[in-house]
Amino acid sequence: MTETTLDNGLKVLIREEHAAPLASVWCWYKVGSKDEGPGLTGVSHWCEHMNFKGTERIPRDQVKGIIEQFGGSWNGYTWIDQTTYLETATRDALDRMLFIESQRMASCLYHPDDCESERTVIISELQGGENDPDQLLDQELTATAFKAHPYRHPTIGWLSDLETMTRDDLYGYYRRYYVPNNATLVIVGDVETDEALRRVTHHFGGIAPGPAIARLATVEPEQTGERRLTLRKEGTAGYLKVAYHAPGVAHPQFFPLLILDAVLTGAKGLNLWASFRVPPPQRSTRLYRALVERGLASNVSGSLLPTSDPFLFTLSATATEGESLASVEAVLLEELDRARREGVTAAELAKAKAQLKARLVFDGDSVTNIAHQLGYFETIATATLFLNAPAAIAAVTLDEVAAAARAVLTDANRTIGWFDPLPVREQRPADEVAQ
Amino acid sequence: MTVGTSESRAGLAPVRITLDNGIVCLSKQTRTTPAVAINLAVRAGSICDPAATPGATWLLSRTIDRGTLTRSADAIAEDLDGRGITLTVSVTRHLFSLVCTCLAEDFDPVLALLGDIVMSPALSETEIAIRKGEVITAIRQDDDNPAVRASESLMALLYHDGHPYGRRTKGSIDVVESLTRDHLARLHAARFAPSQLTAVIVGDVDPARAGEVVSTVFGEWRRPEPPAVTVAAPVQAADRRRLVIPMMNKAQADIAYGFTTIRRTDPAYYAFWLMNNALGQYSIGGRLGDSIRERQGMAYYVSSALDANVAEGPLAIRAGVSPANVDRAVASIDEELRTLRHDGLAAKELDESRQYLIGSMPRALETNAGIANFLQVAELFGLGLDYDVRLPGLLRAVTLDDANAAARQAVDPDRATVVIAGPYQEGPRD
Repeated sequence: MTETTLDNGLKVLIREEHAAPLASVWCWYKVGSKDEGPGLTGVSHWCEHMNFKGTERIPRDQVKGIIEQFGGSWNGYTWIDQTTYLETATRDALDRMLFIESQRMASCLYHPDDCESERTVIISELQGGENDPDQLLDQELTATAFKAHPYRHPTIGWLSDLETMTRDDLYGYYRRYYVPNNATLVIVGDVETDEALRRVTHHFGGIAPGPAIARLATVEPEQTGERRLTLRKEGTAGYLKVAYHAPGVAHPQFFPLLILDAVLTGAKGLNLWASFRVPPPQRSTRLYRALVERGLASNVSGSLLPTSDPFLFTLSATATEGESLASVEAVLLEELDRARREGVTAAELAKAKAQLKARLVFDGDSVTNIAHQLGYFETIATATLFLNAPAAIAAVTLDEVAAAARAVLTDANRTIGWFDPLPVREQRPADEVAQ
Repeated sequence: MTVGTSESRAGLAPVRITLDNGIVCLSKQTRTTPAVAINLAVRAGSICDPAATPGATWLLSRTIDRGTLTRSADAIAEDLDGRGITLTVSVTRHLFSLVCTCLAEDFDPVLALLGDIVMSPALSETEIAIRKGEVITAIRQDDDNPAVRASESLMALLYHDGHPYGRRTKGSIDVVESLTRDHLARLHAARFAPSQLTAVIVGDVDPARAGEVVSTVFGEWRRPEPPAVTVAAPVQAADRRRLVIPMMNKAQADIAYGFTTIRRTDPAYYAFWLMNNALGQYSIGGRLGDSIRERQGMAYYVSSALDANVAEGPLAIRAGVSPANVDRAVASIDEELRTLRHDGLAAKELDESRQYLIGSMPRALETNAGIANFLQVAELFGLGLDYDVRLPGLLRAVTLDDANAAARQAVDPDRATVVIAGPYQEGPRD
């Protein structure tokens, strides 16, 4: 990987991969929902939507098709620490991809009509999420676990903010954060590094840097007692979540905790983008055996995601039909307490390391995934941290896992959430009608 | 054993062998990562469910890898987990699939394990009882999901009177509760046979050795060829139909709007594919996305999907909208379809979709898993070992008249089936 910083502050990471005639370009911005203040929750994500709606040199009606003509795909996402945009296409599209990203950085239009039209699209996205009890519980749990840090509000935003935010709010936010000195451009694929860098300089070199960005410095106070919430809504299944405050990715206890999560619920690897595709190997894990194999839960999962600031290590379970959330919770907490008291065994440590080693190989199977990982880690910490992850995982000791478990899995550090379903009122489908 | 290779050495050029017992093995070597994708597909999908027990195949898929005659469920879990492998067992209408990716160094023992699972599952009573609990919970979750309710109800209306495409793949709670070990064992004995299995191996393994390992694992398997399950052509809707499923505890309504179309092997398939891409796929949802999401801002998602299958599959349009926008969204879909039928596609639209579909092939075939899936589909529909080479030509051969004829044949709002699930109730209608 070659790392270069342009005069305007844009960091450029390039890695040649010549297995397929493809190139993937990702442009990452250090702006996410943690940068949003009261009244503007959801603004980062809304800006992401607006940044697909035409620029000074890419008219609104010509956005569609620029990448598709190269057989390419494009997308973007926003989360708590970052906003990112990508294109993956045949290598001859590299210049087009760089042009699009340079336009997106400096020249998006934010036409008032488009802002209004997108308001309802985003509210529809929010409502779609609320249809899912698991997602709803996750949102409420996070808001309860954090009382000060802006990780507490959902990336999609709160409804009232989405209803009242203005075009000026959006555009002002865009201009503040979409500057080269707040971005990392990643290119991975069948490219030649020097030529790719020349094209990057051509497209991005003339974009002026912005003022240094003042960040919110709020640190979440230490949690000093267990918190609980119960959602009671109509539904058909009970959901349980237990969340512990956990260190950010650069903390020495992050990788020991990743091992602990692998032992408890299965090794997910480190790729937020790829992890949606294949569930983790987990049938021999402690929580799967304690909950699913005993018929108490229909599934169990763990989530320890790499983040910039301390976030959450969350365990989730769905109660099997006829089983109470209380009994699922009791068994889950018993297992977590055992891990806190006893740590993990040498055999479990060895297995978790083997699993994570395999996952890191599997998650690097495409130029898109490789580029994602480099940019993701550069945005929340450093790309080097990702490149060193296999060694860091291999070096984790039993004592380090035990110490991480003792530090994190305490009663006072956890928030427990239930989605306790109320019976669904029967509403018969309207008879099928021919019109 | 017979060996076949693509006449043209361009493109993927997979190696295809047929074992004496009828098993087909397709392999392709890649060296991008030290890993191998294994994709085993048995022609024993949900259409093989006995009429009295829809959902039996699904429960079998949840249970098949929970112990064999010689390995306990725990031993299998340890073996797979220890190698960092997730085995995905899935059921579609026609295929029962076991798919995973392993490190190249683990290929031999992993394939041996998968072979044991396919040929000799234990199907223990204890495991069946636990998996039934999971399936019943999943059915209850589906019942609370407007998107699933809308899609499943659309299929049930399009493929009615017991047509296997119209049945819920997971079955109903009553049926799942009634299933026994005997049901699953009989189903496995009846439908799992060498003649029904295609093994696709893609990754850092030499094709000759891949074939040898497949032969070692499966070569001695003997079972008679099961009788074919025929799937009748669905009866095309003569009128427009509409079903509303009120789910007043939800925030967003899901619309599923569709038709029955053609078989995958129909020569018109490529015209349908291009037409559907322009209608509801290209860029961010094709014409439908332009209208409903981009211009009117009514939906976070709207798209159409063509699933031409062994029998005449559906073309389904799906959208998630605010309850206040349901009627407007349905009217917009109607309008887009009427315009498409009446005016046809512009030549530019057809060319854009064609260029996109041809150009996207390197991405589709970039990963081992992507190649394996492509080869498995090509084998199911008999598309040939050089299908990846011929596909661009097949798409280039489609004329504007072909695509517009497909539109006129497929998408008539007056014969649409429309399902709405969510916080919406039927009001007075004209």
